[in-house]
Amino acid sequence: MATETQVQAPAVGALYAERAARRAGRARLGGLSRHLLLLIGAFFFVVPLIFMLSTSLKALRQIALFPPELIPDPVIWRNYSEVFHYAPMHRYFFNTLYLVLPAVGGAVFTSSLAAYAFARLRAPGKNVIFIILLSTMMVPAFVTMIPTYILFARLGWVGGFKPLVIPYLAGNAFFVFLLRQFFLTIPQELEDAAHIDGSSRLRTYAGIVLPLAKPVLATVTIFAFMASWNEYMGPLIYLSNKDQYVLSLGLQVFTQVQRQEWGLLMAASTMMVAPVILLFFLAQKHFVQGITMSGIKG
Amino acid sequence: MAAASPPAPRAWPRSLRGREALSFYLFIAPWTLGFLLFILGPIVASLVLGFAQYDVILPAKWIGLANFRELLQDPLFWTSLGNTVYVVCLAVPLGMAIAFGIALLLNQKVSGMAAYRTGYFIPSIVPAVASAALWLYLLQPQWGLVNGLLDLVGIEGPAWLASTRWSKPSIIMLMVWASGGTMIIYLAGLQDIPESLYEAAAIDGASRLRKLWHVTLPLMSPTIFFTLVMGIIGTFQVFSVVFVLTDGMGGPLNSTLVYLVYVYRNAFVFFRMGYASAMSLILFLIILALTLLNFRFAGRWVHAEADLS
Repeated sequence: MATETQVQAPAVGALYAERAARRAGRARLGGLSRHLLLLIGAFFFVVPLIFMLSTSLKALRQIALFPPELIPDPVIWRNYSEVFHYAPMHRYFFNTLYLVLPAVGGAVFTSSLAAYAFARLRAPGKNVIFIILLSTMMVPAFVTMIPTYILFARLGWVGGFKPLVIPYLAGNAFFVFLLRQFFLTIPQELEDAAHIDGSSRLRTYAGIVLPLAKPVLATVTIFAFMASWNEYMGPLIYLSNKDQYVLSLGLQVFTQVQRQEWGLLMAASTMMVAPVILLFFLAQKHFVQGITMSGIKG
Repeated sequence: MAAASPPAPRAWPRSLRGREALSFYLFIAPWTLGFLLFILGPIVASLVLGFAQYDVILPAKWIGLANFRELLQDPLFWTSLGNTVYVVCLAVPLGMAIAFGIALLLNQKVSGMAAYRTGYFIPSIVPAVASAALWLYLLQPQWGLVNGLLDLVGIEGPAWLASTRWSKPSIIMLMVWASGGTMIIYLAGLQDIPESLYEAAAIDGASRLRKLWHVTLPLMSPTIFFTLVMGIIGTFQVFSVVFVLTDGMGGPLNSTLVYLVYVYRNAFVFFRMGYASAMSLILFLIILALTLLNFRFAGRWVHAEADLS
């Protein structure tokens, strides 16, 4: 088409140029309406969170205004300190960490061990075991919830942290799958060299494979972290002592007792959400990667 | 170790292959133990409990099909199933449609794409309890944000969570708000579609709508199908947000009593473990059927590229 334009009379060239310009104009308009649509959409998605933050900084007097105002005036921090009178957030925070850290570490460790075995080692029955592993992804948590509760009740562990950590130590089929897929992309030669030098399997796994798998380990760690940080049903079933509450349970109980104290409630919510959002901004790539991988596997 | 000391040829395991198999079993041992204790064992126990009467204190009693027979006559069982299906039927397609629309808009090389993507995605990572607490406030009838916005356009908003008519839509609204994960999946799928296909369509004179219909949708169908099935499975299990929004009651007047909230109440409020297990088994069957349907149909009416399966 370009050559055609060149050989034709200048007038025709001008016509083409005009048409192209008109098209560009239409595209720009399209771009503008696209932005408008996106902005309106984003408004509905983001404004609730901004309101959470702004309400947490408002005085009760301003919260009761209708229609609600976005900007806190004056900005007060009292809600954040006052929350602690009703709900010991620091306590909940440390309890949550106390559960999350071993649960995440255990889940990632167990899953990566199994993933290494499935990616690298040959053994009779391996394929059948792998299919069993994958099929556990289809078992919803609620199916195992009641018998697991009975088991822990028999052991006398209800009312303690053990039921909230120990099941996580068993790893998770989805993590095994993700890690295995990544391990398969690591060149085998690296490990072969180590084996000739007499390195054991465990040492190749820990010394060669794991360091190379840092990106996927980060993704899996974030997923595991989010799962335990957000976990609500477990704490609800197993914890009864207020001193043992985690953030999720503490916040839910708080919504029940302080239902009309919106400033306090939004301050408490912000405290639970902030670490998650911070983590998201620190490791955005891994969040997106993990979600995308979970979508492609189907 | 054994191979390093030649005079001990009978030490077990003998062969290199045997040693490799042994390390395999050792590497998967922690997972296997967890699988037996926390997945396989409980599934088998669930199957037994569904046919038993058990309150944790007195010994379990085998009662055959009595739990299932009682369930069929339990109006709350049907209410909870109906409420859940209602939420699934609205929240899943709505969430998918909005996620797809946003992904389409974001896929067109707009400036500030990363910022938009972040904005749409963030609600989906907010912990369920926190987002429920937030929406309790947003939906507050007298000074909540939702009714505030409706007031701007001259509509007097309903009582949302306090109204039997609007309580389910309230929950659906929250779920759609948190559908950013689906959007990310769609966006990744859209970005995988080769530009050459659109160029070919453009040369054939295809309009934007035809490109969407004949190029984008067929190529996205495996992804759309996947998110549909996962969305249905996930939404059938909605629990935390409803529990927090309704103080664990599923009110008002059981209008938000979803399936798992009723299972929870039977198991951990009334301590009817057998009855609750029977309920779990029924939901498990529904979900299993959906999963199998996924496998069966994924290859059939879905246009699958060779490398997508």
